[in-house]
Amino acid sequence: MAFNSSDTAAFKGVWVFCEQREGVIMSTSYQLLSEGRKLANDLGVELCGVVLGKDIKEEYLKALGGYGADKVYYCNHELLDVYTTDAYTKVICDLVEDKKPEIFLIGATNIGRDLGPRCAARLHTGLTADCTHLDVDVAKYKEFLKTTSTIDVDNTVFEENTNLKMTRPAFGGHLMATIICPRFRPQMSTVRPGVMQTQPYDEAGAAKTVIENVNVALSKDDIHVDVIEVKKAAKKLVDLIGADVVVSVGRGISKDVEGGIKLAEELAGVLGGVVGSSRACVDAGWIGADHQVGQTGKTVHPRIYVALGISGAIQHLAGMQDSECIIAVNKNESAPIFDVASYGIVGDLYKVTPMLIEAIRAAKAAK
Amino acid sequence: MKAIVCVKQVPDTSGVVAVKEDGTMDRAAMATITNHDDLAAVEAALRIKDATGCKVVVVSMGPPPAEGMLRELLAMGCDEAVLVSAREFGGSDTYATSQILAAAIKKIGVDDDDIVFCGRQAIDGDTAQVGPQIAEKLGMPQVSYVAEINVDGKAVTVKRLLEDGYMTIKVQTPCLLTCVKELNDARYMSVGGIMECYQKPLEVYNYETLKDDPLIDVTTIGLKGSPTNVYKSFSPPVKGAGMMMEGADKATVEKLVSILNDKHII
Repeated sequence: MAFNSSDTAAFKGVWVFCEQREGVIMSTSYQLLSEGRKLANDLGVELCGVVLGKDIKEEYLKALGGYGADKVYYCNHELLDVYTTDAYTKVICDLVEDKKPEIFLIGATNIGRDLGPRCAARLHTGLTADCTHLDVDVAKYKEFLKTTSTIDVDNTVFEENTNLKMTRPAFGGHLMATIICPRFRPQMSTVRPGVMQTQPYDEAGAAKTVIENVNVALSKDDIHVDVIEVKKAAKKLVDLIGADVVVSVGRGISKDVEGGIKLAEELAGVLGGVVGSSRACVDAGWIGADHQVGQTGKTVHPRIYVALGISGAIQHLAGMQDSECIIAVNKNESAPIFDVASYGIVGDLYKVTPMLIEAIRAAKAAK
Repeated sequence: MKAIVCVKQVPDTSGVVAVKEDGTMDRAAMATITNHDDLAAVEAALRIKDATGCKVVVVSMGPPPAEGMLRELLAMGCDEAVLVSAREFGGSDTYATSQILAAAIKKIGVDDDDIVFCGRQAIDGDTAQVGPQIAEKLGMPQVSYVAEINVDGKAVTVKRLLEDGYMTIKVQTPCLLTCVKELNDARYMSVGGIMECYQKPLEVYNYETLKDDPLIDVTTIGLKGSPTNVYKSFSPPVKGAGMMMEGADKATVEKLVSILNDKHII
């Protein structure tokens, strides 16, 4: 029977695309599996990981079960070693058409954001980009809205259904929108890396993982691009998402860019963290794009976030406002960063930061 | 050879953002700009024109005022413009938008040695979906996140950004590339260009123009044909006010550090 994405009743199960690079599963996949597990539990269905690659180690596949997968569809083929849109789209669409999952989550990496739309267009279904929250259960969705929105939840009517409610920032974070795809399956979503929390690894789950080898129908003629080389950046990139402490700089360092970054590095060093940045500094070429926090950069929720000379444009706030403790230093007392800050100091970052470094050093030394 | 560039006029979300009482964006009250990544796509096409003399056609889907943006792009050096505009197209999600733009591009005509350019993503939605979806609907190969382009006849070699590096990819025309703004610095309109831009052709494609294309089906375009719908939209609440420290001297900083210490934050 021909594949029909509007026959919604025929689709069952939650899938997560588990992206690998150089044979190693990316950590985003574990975040998505952890989230997918909750959705699968709410729906009472299976959670499956989908891995495309070449000779991936069995322990890596088994490990996906440790993060919640019941089953792993493993597509092993020489032409899947390095990502190409054509090969990956074909193999995934073939598999979706065969197995018919109701939900399909993909990490919003530079690869996932290339693959997701191409697959959704081929399958004739909807795709919601860069989601930051997912629900199937209306009651849980309402609980979510109570803490994250200005909606009067108890006096609002919600349509009861188990459609996937995909919430994402719109207009650079000024608005949040919850999107549904009621008429087509699978309901597809790319999910921002770093947003979903990885659940603790479960040894027993890993041991129980069922690995299903998928028969891959793929030939060179299916692929219309040549990947000539894959090159890693020479410089070691900053790991913002995994950082416990982030000290970010903003436009406020324009007076002395080098000095400002040096102070941030020193403060980050004392606190055991890394240096982040607002978009303004990246756009100005003061710091590498890998440091950027915000809507177009990375989403972080470290234990401590220090904002030095950052006014707090909504795009930036969207990427850091869930940090546990936010300390802001800014000359302008009406800067929006102070609206989300746990502690704010109105002052010159070039004067305040050195004092902060010294005081923290002293406090640590006293312990 | 020609280059077809998809562009979008977007509200300037970095400026004053107007929100209506119902929580939706008041687009009419906001300044509009040409989407940054799309400008990089236009510039990339114009550089190929500089080198080869090829034609550059810009195409945009949007309300009639988007014509102003298209005139500006003609003043930058693009040769022809197409505005895709119809009530039937309104409310389209990325899937529906890509169907309509793909139909418009087919109407413009895609030759063997043509390249379709898009920006990576638009700043109002940040989805990055329309480019790849147009490529799928046109049945052509795509490369997204393009940060460098070299064209040699029908062979196009590009640098595609990854989070921690890049891929060098070779693709044959016709193909679709989505460009990041780091690709180049877009040129300004020239005085001569501004003089000429109203003489250059600007066509409007409405529903009638495109309706014979199989992609233009009322069940797959516009608000009703879009697979995705908005379930709820809402404004994030303002976080409860934190503690503003008094002063900015040594005593202030020491007080803050002692609070952090007491709460075991440091």
